[in-house]
Amino acid sequence: MPDSLRYKAAIVGAAETTDLGVIPNLSTTQLHIDAAINAIKDCGIDKNQIDGIATTMSPAALAHYLGIVPRWLDNTSVGGTSFLIQVRHAAAAIAMGLCETALVVMGQSGRSRVGETSARMGATSAAGGPRGDISYPGQFESIYGTSGPTTLFGMGVLRYMEETGTTHEQLASVAVAQRKWANQVPRAMFRDLITVDDVFNSRMVCYPFHLFECCLVTDGGGALILTSAERAKDFPTNPVYILGTGESTETPVVSQMYDLTSSTAFKVSSRQAFAEAGISHADVDHLMIYDAFAHLPIYGLEDLGFVGRGEAGAFIEEGNTSPGSKLPMNTNGGGLSYTHTGMYGMFAMQEAVRQVRGEASHQVPDVKVSFCQGVGGMFMAAGSLVFTNEPPH
Amino acid sequence: MSQEGYRKPVPIPTPETQFYWDKCKEHELWVQRCDSCNHPFFYPRFHCPQCLSAEVSWFKTSGKATLWTYMINHRPVPGFEEDTPYAIAVVQLEEGPKMLTNIVGIENTPDNLVLDMPLEVVFEDATDEIAIPKFKPAG
Ligand SMILES: [Zn+2]
Repeated sequence: MPDSLRYKAAIVGAAETTDLGVIPNLSTTQLHIDAAINAIKDCGIDKNQIDGIATTMSPAALAHYLGIVPRWLDNTSVGGTSFLIQVRHAAAAIAMGLCETALVVMGQSGRSRVGETSARMGATSAAGGPRGDISYPGQFESIYGTSGPTTLFGMGVLRYMEETGTTHEQLASVAVAQRKWANQVPRAMFRDLITVDDVFNSRMVCYPFHLFECCLVTDGGGALILTSAERAKDFPTNPVYILGTGESTETPVVSQMYDLTSSTAFKVSSRQAFAEAGISHADVDHLMIYDAFAHLPIYGLEDLGFVGRGEAGAFIEEGNTSPGSKLPMNTNGGGLSYTHTGMYGMFAMQEAVRQVRGEASHQVPDVKVSFCQGVGGMFMAAGSLVFTNEPPH
Repeated sequence: MSQEGYRKPVPIPTPETQFYWDKCKEHELWVQRCDSCNHPFFYPRFHCPQCLSAEVSWFKTSGKATLWTYMINHRPVPGFEEDTPYAIAVVQLEEGPKMLTNIVGIENTPDNLVLDMPLEVVFEDATDEIAIPKFKPAG
């Protein structure tokens, strides 16, 4: 039995939906299909060779539409990081011979809401009527005027700032830094360079978050095709090997986090991925940290161990994750500038794959190792993946 | 506080939360403590989250708390239109557990809401059966 997923599997096909941002003519299901077909085309595989399916929609509905009869499936659904975790599970399934070629697909009509069901964002939206609800969030959160992630995800931020001395300017600088990347990404929804003052002058949504510190709301999707590292060489694309993996959960209830100023799931998940990959932080050439709001890259940099406690705000403000820096982060512009359909994890992986392949819009020179960190719900779950283009020795 | 025209969402108690809401109706804030490991906890459960013992007891809190963290929502939510902008806060009870709440009796501004400020519980009667615990500046 394999004792690790290191170099067991590789991504051979990767694609996003043909359009991105506002796609009123495609339902959630059709966004999945569009992305899947694009990934199939990307690697030129006969779709009948796909024998594994992972998705947060109905695997049966997806498989039947594509005319695929899978012998392995995964329906892990813990918010936007689900797809990173599904890639991990697919690598494990491939390593164990449960399937040979797996398709991981997501699509979401987050903006146009075509064919979207509610309760996709985790516990807080799983509400009943507006006046009564038996769920935990219904009994203990929505009665206080919560309204989805905007009013809850950043609940620990003021406490974090108080304890670490992190400033509002530093929080805003996350959006500023990521816009510098998006500036050269044609598919990014927002590309114009911004300043900290621009962030402060954008509408206050939920203090301490201004509009530019909150993610976009868009339509889109993406798909990945994985197979064994050995078989990956048979495809026309440059293999993106899975080097390390991790996953965890914490709580569906932000106010009951073990520590509101740090993500336990980030720590557990990323530690597994670093250990499995056998790399140190200095080996990471490129970093994606799921940014639904501006504090996530700050929490992520610290919980993943790239910087010490309380150092991430200054680290970003000083440009250490911006173009030309030693730790390029969220190089598509992230959820704050590129796209965010509600479950962004697939897009973080797509950008990591593009960077490792050397075909990103705002390409970082010589990327060998990319670390991709996902969050699900509101610090509810985490998934971590390490990608590399270096073949196994 | 009048229940006339209370338009905000109200909870529907479940077996594990019924006692909590019954006490709120009497304007008392009760939480649970584990009989086995002494761990105090909120939200209401049948088992201790620390040791999973089913031997858990309710106790009445002092109603005193401190402001742990908060956000101030600027977008109206049904029932909260007249309060906007309003704080959604996490307070830490004197007995240890943290809970989500609203801060009343003070304008909800960043200058007014200072972390660690002392608070005390007040109850807003929403229906004949339900009173919602909220917190106001102590003293
Ligand atoms: Zn206990």
